[in-house]
Amino acid sequence: MARGDVKPAKGKTKIATKEQETSSTEQIIEKHNSDKSALIQILLEIQKQNRWLPHSSLMLVSDKLGVPLSQVYRVATFYKAFSLIPQGRHLFTVCMGTACHVRGSPRLLDRVEDTLKIKPGETSKDQKFTLETVNCLGCCALGPVMVVEGNYHGNPSPKEVEKLAAACD
Amino acid sequence: MAKLKSPADLEKKRKEILSQRDPNKPCVTICSGTGCHALGSDKVAEAFVSAISQNGLKARVDVRRTGCHGFCERGPVVVIFPEGTCYLGVKPADVPEVVSKTLVDKQLVERLLYKDSSGKTLAHEGDIPFYKFQSRIVFGNNTRIDPKNIDDYIALGGYAALAKSLFKMTPQKVMDEVKRSNLRGRGGGGFPAGVKWETTRDAPGDIKYVIVNADEGDPGAFMDRSLLEGNPHSVLEGLIIGAYAIGSHEGFIYVRQEYPLAVENTAKALEQARKYGLLGKNILGSGFDFDVKIHRGAGAFVSGESSALMTAIEGKVGEPRPKYIRTAVSGIWERPSNLNNVETWATVPLIIDRGSDWFTSIGTKGSKGTKIFSLVGKVNNTGLVEVPMGMKLRDIIYNIGGGIRQNKKFKAVQTGGPSGGCLPESLLDLPVDFDELTKAGSMMGSGGMIVMDEDTCMVDVARYFLNFLSDESCGKCVPCRAGIEQMVEILNRICAGKGKPGDIELLEEISEVTRDASLCALGQTAPNPVLSTIKYFKDEYKAHIERQKCPAGVCKALTSFYILPDKCQACQICLKNCPVEAISGGKNLVHIIDQAKCTKCGTCYEVCPERFSAVAKISGEPVPTPVPAGTEVVRKKGQQG
Amino acid sequence: MKKVKLNIDGKEVEAEEGKTLLEAARAAGIDIPTLCYNEKLAPYGVCRFCTVEISKGGRSRLVVSCIYNVEEGLTVKTATPKVIKIRKMLLELMLASSPILLETAKQYGIDKPRFQSEVTQCILCGQCVRYCAEVKGANAITFVGRGVNRRVAFVDEVVAKGVCMDCRQCYGLCPTGKIPRETDGAYFEGIKVSDVISRKKTK
Repeated sequence: MARGDVKPAKGKTKIATKEQETSSTEQIIEKHNSDKSALIQILLEIQKQNRWLPHSSLMLVSDKLGVPLSQVYRVATFYKAFSLIPQGRHLFTVCMGTACHVRGSPRLLDRVEDTLKIKPGETSKDQKFTLETVNCLGCCALGPVMVVEGNYHGNPSPKEVEKLAAACD
Repeated sequence: MAKLKSPADLEKKRKEILSQRDPNKPCVTICSGTGCHALGSDKVAEAFVSAISQNGLKARVDVRRTGCHGFCERGPVVVIFPEGTCYLGVKPADVPEVVSKTLVDKQLVERLLYKDSSGKTLAHEGDIPFYKFQSRIVFGNNTRIDPKNIDDYIALGGYAALAKSLFKMTPQKVMDEVKRSNLRGRGGGGFPAGVKWETTRDAPGDIKYVIVNADEGDPGAFMDRSLLEGNPHSVLEGLIIGAYAIGSHEGFIYVRQEYPLAVENTAKALEQARKYGLLGKNILGSGFDFDVKIHRGAGAFVSGESSALMTAIEGKVGEPRPKYIRTAVSGIWERPSNLNNVETWATVPLIIDRGSDWFTSIGTKGSKGTKIFSLVGKVNNTGLVEVPMGMKLRDIIYNIGGGIRQNKKFKAVQTGGPSGGCLPESLLDLPVDFDELTKAGSMMGSGGMIVMDEDTCMVDVARYFLNFLSDESCGKCVPCRAGIEQMVEILNRICAGKGKPGDIELLEEISEVTRDASLCALGQTAPNPVLSTIKYFKDEYKAHIERQKCPAGVCKALTSFYILPDKCQACQICLKNCPVEAISGGKNLVHIIDQAKCTKCGTCYEVCPERFSAVAKISGEPVPTPVPAGTEVVRKKGQQG
Repeated sequence: MKKVKLNIDGKEVEAEEGKTLLEAARAAGIDIPTLCYNEKLAPYGVCRFCTVEISKGGRSRLVVSCIYNVEEGLTVKTATPKVIKIRKMLLELMLASSPILLETAKQYGIDKPRFQSEVTQCILCGQCVRYCAEVKGANAITFVGRGVNRRVAFVDEVVAKGVCMDCRQCYGLCPTGKIPRETDGAYFEGIKVSDVISRKKTK
């Protein structure tokens, strides 16, 4: 699943401190006037800010919105956009849309899995990589498509995948 | 931007905009939809800006970044107005030549033009077969609009339909016109929009909602994305007209979060519409209030289902409701809510502008107007196409799509996404029509049209869709959650060569209950990919189950790759590209795949030059014994390694 | 309250407008089997076991009786061959993840399970979740995940407050006995939200 940004922030993303997490979450909640119906929108912004949903943020959301924690967990675990564990610094996304499938995306996914040594939805132990799949980026002419750091690659060979992974720090 | 306080103000503004635009002034439009963006259109646009400036043409040539032009296979697409000269596959390095040759010298850059099969070049968009056979009444304006500039939309006549509705028509008259047009929902359901509007309007309650469903979850479909990215005002205008007819003052646009550009452009459009007084309180001085909020999805296909979407807007988990009361009567917060697809809303201003008589003159008896399809897969011209209802599938795939890639044989066309079905060659003369496609075992769906060839395994296609649905099922009800799970299990076994007699019958048995007892349309239509492929491609299922053979050579467990010794020309391309170094050989020596090392990744099959075609897929029979190492190749006349 | 007349399994039944087919049937002494239904809770409509065949004016369809409201002139059949077929398949599917239902399944003529799945002994009827939210108001247990990964899980923070140990009202609701078996009142290991989340692998 491509995160909500075609162009992610350039350079290394610093891991936030607990204080930073709290204050940014508070700001997001305030921006939405602590509106219960904005739960999903609020969580999307927290996810984008932190690359995951920190536990402290979930507690804060439950408290400020007056939504039971059970509800917050329910929403947070239902949607693919959310991660309850910190995600890797580098996101590799492989499109599994029908057009890409027909053009060989399962084989591409195999290559990426072999290179990164993780399966879709997983993050490598050193938090370097997260691998996700997405259904249709709308670039079917390039298919099968892989997105790395906002850059689109059409039908990359096994060697090209390796090169891209090696280029990540 | 001053508020427009009346239709007269709007017309005055339009005239003002047009007076500042010389229709003969050259304008370079660069497709900047997500597809061309992925191919580097941003850099192409930058190159144009800089080259035009360097040539001292800044005051004499406009540059406009537009939404998707539709010819995604040949992007980045550049169209130069007023001539309509169409350049395809433009790279930044081509730009200086285009500027000096075309903009300055008024000459064509031949190599960037479309070439037909006889080698003849076609310079104008309208002549290119891909575009020629289309009817781009909804989508066509994408090429002329910068989605970040509302003035472009107004220049083309935008919001005139809204002014007409608010000042020259009563809500009832608007409703009647849409009903008379027989506009059917373009999101897949095909339900008459006018009837739904009426149900919502008549339902008890003063507060009613209108919703744009831009969740577009069908994998392979990106029509709504391109429409929302490229011409958001067309959707917004339709929405406001609908709200007026229904009596709603609050709307939602639900966009999947995987479409960041669509979210961005829509937000900008709302902002600009508000500034002009075309959205918000007292629209155009009519006394009608209406405003809209954008609500983003969070990665769940099922949340695109009507009742699920509304539950998500309430801030709850976006799961479908098992109720038997229509959402038009009881939707968001149990209030009457009218939900329509992006394309449906975008068609409304056209109907108000040109009338239902005009609209009903296009299409078939039961399906009026046009439909946008994402024509993708094994077809030459991949992209977004808009055709009148009633056009034959064959014509779309061959005349517009340019036929099958690499001259392979057509096998099937899949429509309707995961809820749809695969249609074989014998049904290619079916017209695109809601009812005709449903009768044949597929459905119109939201517009995904996936073309498949001889290298596509239909059992694998069924497995692909069921896998997708299993991932996306909300999991509440047994027949969907567990039924699909077991169907996936059976299909996995079949594709792994472990199919058992009775598997097809078991798939059909489970399908019946999943279809009849599931809570929502995801489960109810889940069996379609399985049942339609069993219906039309039973031989493939039987080959997998009875002979452990995958005729298309797709199922890894049943396929081996073998280099034909009499065709190999020892070019070493496959040898160098094999990720596990399973290929031995060398200069002038036949290449041999070590079957024990081979991971069946298919790279050798892909990279072997087409003129040699030396890699064969073997399935259902033993791999031939390899020739002895050191065997020399048989040189074909004129072939070099 | 306005009353409507309908026909259930050949019996003329009168029921108040706004009542469901299930309520009307049971009031008339006709039992329709259910799994996720609980009269103390809002109908949930997910087990699909109470499916019945309804017809009016020549058109028939399958609906879940716990949600569908009574209508004047409706004909309801609670156990047609099609309905029985559905219930049987539903049981077979549930049996795959809840083998403990074998005795119930035998009553429907199922002697051997045909399907396999990860054993959870949970049919996700949601009675525990719904009761805790709607009646108890504690929100101590919830659904996490979706699709085949959907699970019931206790909310760590609420459990830690000792709420569950004193309550245990979900015990009597659980059709498979999973909740009492796996928690035994005080032991929540493996069935908390944090457990389910941590099962998502990090390699």
